Amino acid sequence: MKQRSFMARICASPHIVWAIIFIVAPLLFVAYYAFTDQNGRFTFSNIAELSAHWETFLLSVCFSLIATAICLLIGYPLAYAISKAPAKRRSMLITLLMIPMWMNLLIRTYSLMAILDDGGFLNSLLGSIGIPEFHIVGTSGAVIFGMVYDFLPYMVMPIHSVLTKMDDRLSEAAFDLGCNRLEALLKVTLPMSLPGIISGVTMVFVPSISTFYISQKLGGGTIFLIGDTIEMQFQNPATYNVGAAISLVMMILILISVAVMNHFSEDSDDDGGIIL
Amino acid sequence: MERRSITVNSDFYCKIPLKVFFSFSKNVFVEKTSPSFIFMFDKEFGMNKNKSTDAASAHGDGTVIRIKSISKEFNGEQVLSEISLDIHDNEFVTLLGPSGCGKTTMLRIIAGFETPDKGDVYFGGQRINDLPPYKRELNTVFQKYALFPHLNVYENVAFGLRLRKKQDKLTEREIADRVKETLSLVNLSGFERRNVERLSGGQQQRVAIARALVNHPKVLLLDEPLSALDLKLRKDMQAELKNIQLKTGITFIFVTHDQEEALSMSDTVVVMAEGRIQQVGTPTDIYNEPINAFVADFIGESNIIDGVMLEDFSVRFAGHTFVCVDKGFKKNQRVDVVVRPEDVDVVAVDKGMVVGTVTSVVFKGVHYEMIVDIDNFKWMIQTTDYVSPGATVGLYIEPDAIHIMERSEYSGRFGDYSSFSDELDRLSNPDEEDGDEDGKDSSDDNQ
Repeated sequence: MKQRSFMARICASPHIVWAIIFIVAPLLFVAYYAFTDQNGRFTFSNIAELSAHWETFLLSVCFSLIATAICLLIGYPLAYAISKAPAKRRSMLITLLMIPMWMNLLIRTYSLMAILDDGGFLNSLLGSIGIPEFHIVGTSGAVIFGMVYDFLPYMVMPIHSVLTKMDDRLSEAAFDLGCNRLEALLKVTLPMSLPGIISGVTMVFVPSISTFYISQKLGGGTIFLIGDTIEMQFQNPATYNVGAAISLVMMILILISVAVMNHFSEDSDDDGGIIL
Repeated sequence: MERRSITVNSDFYCKIPLKVFFSFSKNVFVEKTSPSFIFMFDKEFGMNKNKSTDAASAHGDGTVIRIKSISKEFNGEQVLSEISLDIHDNEFVTLLGPSGCGKTTMLRIIAGFETPDKGDVYFGGQRINDLPPYKRELNTVFQKYALFPHLNVYENVAFGLRLRKKQDKLTEREIADRVKETLSLVNLSGFERRNVERLSGGQQQRVAIARALVNHPKVLLLDEPLSALDLKLRKDMQAELKNIQLKTGITFIFVTHDQEEALSMSDTVVVMAEGRIQQVGTPTDIYNEPINAFVADFIGESNIIDGVMLEDFSVRFAGHTFVCVDKGFKKNQRVDVVVRPEDVDVVAVDKGMVVGTVTSVVFKGVHYEMIVDIDNFKWMIQTTDYVSPGATVGLYIEPDAIHIMERSEYSGRFGDYSSFSDELDRLSNPDEEDGDEDGKDSSDDNQ
């Protein structure tokens, strides 16, 4: 570690105090609850109880993986198109993308429900042109749609910022060396935007896997994800400890997956992008 | 109307064929007598319209790239107008001009990154206007190298080969051999595993050259490749590039704004300004026989004086009648006279052909550079003898130090050393742009 100047320490101190109170302390509480029973005695029984939730956990992983993949498939071309647009239009497109983010996630999810619900906006619209009403809310498709809708900007923004910084001459160099448009995209643009893809994937996957309100609202009570499980445990003081244990394990799993992904991207930087 | 033709000899023999290049460049082995090509300069318009003679226009006699009356516009601004040029096999051609003269656009048109609005580009006799860059048998060395940061040196160089792996039936072994051979050609052996972003500017430059050369292109395009390097390194790279060009026999099209670089490397220099070709010729031709005031001013230092051609071998300027070696002008035709600063001898006042006052003297190491005022026209003179400012000196000019040019649109705009740049002139006289030109014209009328 570099020696920091006195001024730097002073400036950093409010944040350090903040981080200790609101990040470190809650984490310690979670860890404490995870390893104690209701009477405060040390125990592994909370961890042992996790086995009852592994199916929910797997379902959550599937849902968030699908949502992340869809976000990437939609988000990358979108980010690419925005980054290639003329500067004026680009800032307009980015603003359009950001506007929904100014609204609370919960409210956005509610409004999405209002649109998709039986007798909601979409169904009445379809009904008016003679298409029979169909059931959307309560299907797994609706939950995944909600995740994609809520978290798509988190995928587009980091990819867009990497792509706009990329020198156009690099694509030209690829063309010059014999790449057609597709090859240039696959061999130069895509590997070079990998850092953006990785942070986008992380930023979509992590909130997707821990979400509870999206599955609650759009799942119509039929789809139960790990986030819902945790929320439920914390609504009853008697199951605080189990909730804490699930949270802790989730957090560790997410940390590991993020670390693996970051490692993967660093690797590709060093040994010449043979990933593709 | 008179026409004068300048013969540009592009004879070029390659003696050192590199083993690695056997597969692509037949020309390296065929010792051919490449025909001279002749550019006719249309004196009437004071501007050259180079037309190849019939002998050279028969495609396949060494012309690799033919550019035919190309025009290009960006946002209503004419960047190139009616450019025509033939580029021959094994030739080192330099497109030289100030920034904004269209030289880079021309290179990008040849590479295929831009399409001309009008005119045609031929490559080996085939029209390639609509051929995308990846189908053209040429490679580019980009100005800021444009190396792929996610690949190491080896993979950067192997990039083009990997793309043609299937088509050319290359094995990994062959790719490795060719990469190795090319890296040694640019003196980068042992750098294979390095991260390109951690290389110095000169090393990145070498990787960029190797990445282009490894594909054995027929033509290599270089877009100001040395502009980011420091002076000493630039000189080394100039020599090395020239050497690589000799070894490989690849046609180089080199873009630069550095006239010294152009003179020291090229077989043929193409001087461009304002979207047009001003002159095409060997470095010596361009320096000794500039076609107009722009070329004379841009290549080296020149005093460009208004003069009158009294008859063959006799020209009057600066209030004196000089003997010169030029002929073929009309009687009393107004001309631009070029005298290079190094060709003027400073002598005693009574021995001088003209007399002037020294206004400034700057020591330049090899010589003193002095500004001498003769009838309000500032001459630059380079001499090894010190003369103090304010002194009156005589100037002596040999007949062969005088070069006569047709007047052109550039007459009067260049060649006076009141300042070194046009910008300073404009700054000091914000109200009267071109005032100097008018003044000179009227004084000329009196002669």
